[in-house]
Amino acid sequence: MNVRLYVWQRATAALMLPLVLVHIAVIFYATQRGFSAAEILSRTRGSIAWACFYGLFVAAAAIHAAIGVRNVLSEWSPLKDRSAGLFAILFGLALLGFGARAVTAVVLG
Amino acid sequence: MLAELSVALWRGTREGRYETYRVPQRESQTVLDIVTFVQRHIDPTLSYRFACRVGVCGSCAMTVNGRPRWTCRTHVAKVAGSGRLQIGPLQNLPVIKDLATDMQPFFEKWQQAQGVFAPSKTRHDTIEQIRPDSAARRAADAAIECINCGVCHAACDTVRWNPDYVGPAPLNRAWTLVNDVRDAGNRARLQAVSGTGGCHSCHSHQSCQELCPQTLNPTASIAALKRRTAAAYLKGEITV
Amino acid sequence: MSVSQLNHRSGALWLAAMVHRLSGLALAIFLPLHFLALGLAIDGEARLESFLRWSDRPLVKFAEGGLVFLLTVHLLGGLRVLVIENLDWHDGQKQLAMLAAAVSAVVAFIFLARVF
Repeated sequence: MNVRLYVWQRATAALMLPLVLVHIAVIFYATQRGFSAAEILSRTRGSIAWACFYGLFVAAAAIHAAIGVRNVLSEWSPLKDRSAGLFAILFGLALLGFGARAVTAVVLG
Repeated sequence: MLAELSVALWRGTREGRYETYRVPQRESQTVLDIVTFVQRHIDPTLSYRFACRVGVCGSCAMTVNGRPRWTCRTHVAKVAGSGRLQIGPLQNLPVIKDLATDMQPFFEKWQQAQGVFAPSKTRHDTIEQIRPDSAARRAADAAIECINCGVCHAACDTVRWNPDYVGPAPLNRAWTLVNDVRDAGNRARLQAVSGTGGCHSCHSHQSCQELCPQTLNPTASIAALKRRTAAAYLKGEITV
Repeated sequence: MSVSQLNHRSGALWLAAMVHRLSGLALAIFLPLHFLALGLAIDGEARLESFLRWSDRPLVKFAEGGLVFLLTVHLLGGLRVLVIENLDWHDGQKQLAMLAAAVSAVVAFIFLARVF
């Protein structure tokens, strides 16, 4: 961990505070209305707003989780900083990739 | 007649075992009294460290029933619940022998964090006027009473998990120096605590704050260092 | 046999830090699966629909409640850390940590009440 990673991790954390609250509200709303795929997708399809919201969320989560995983690996596993960092970057890219695919799926699908 | 205590003391170096001794319990007995009794009356080969015996030097710190404490300031009555005590050397430091640890790595980390005053004036300059009620001086005073006993270092899980982490005591001292208007080494110091093993490795477990015998709060000092270094980084004054 | 382990880990704040770390790890493992499930919509509505029906079973709903707890507790634990690191020091950290856990449990409970 260093000051650069720290700033990125705390900044994405702060950014995600309102995003997670909205997400929890969405979960509660969806569970009340009952969610079939059709209902979910009818709300997300073609929505620039949802694309931006979840696109931002995916990016922030990917960065935040990758740095967090890096910390845990370098402290709790035999991996040292360099290997932990490499694994974390791959993990972050995977999250970014899967996340972008998911956002695309529900906005354009 | 007072009871007898069953006391397990660590014998050996990094490898070794706990040996049990029976020690008569006395009124107002401290853990240091116990260790001293064993060395004087039972086993003279026991090695341990102490100096003042009255809670001002920090030399007698050991692990007592799993917690690092000053043994001269720990009353047996408070910690020996069922008449049993386990005493070991401080954690997170190499063991020289039995209850004495090698403090060198601790002091090396102190240097690494630049917990060292860097003078800015000579004797020919006018003396710096320091107002004791200025915000900076108050911040420094709140953290200045550290006597390098190593209890926080022994208590810190991040020190245990991350061999690069300098630890709470050096960072706490670095924070006091950051607030010392006479000090000229702040850019280098902020740089020193911003890399691997610096203040950003702290997870705010607060074991240091909970156990510091001087009631200092390294967690708060480290949090302040995090703020200061983040600002310096964003302004481009330090790099990674 | 080596030197004894520390036992101050029973402290509330150490526990709070562990919960924060473990919940983060659990969420990090869950997230790719979550993205993959949503990505099913790429293959069309029917694929996503069949997954959602699978997830209607009680055990899955229970697990989702657990996830809501993990997300909330990680958020509140993280908020506590951000407060420590960016605002003036306040004592009472133990109480804050316990409050975070309690609120998370309540939120997860409400979620479960709504889906069952």
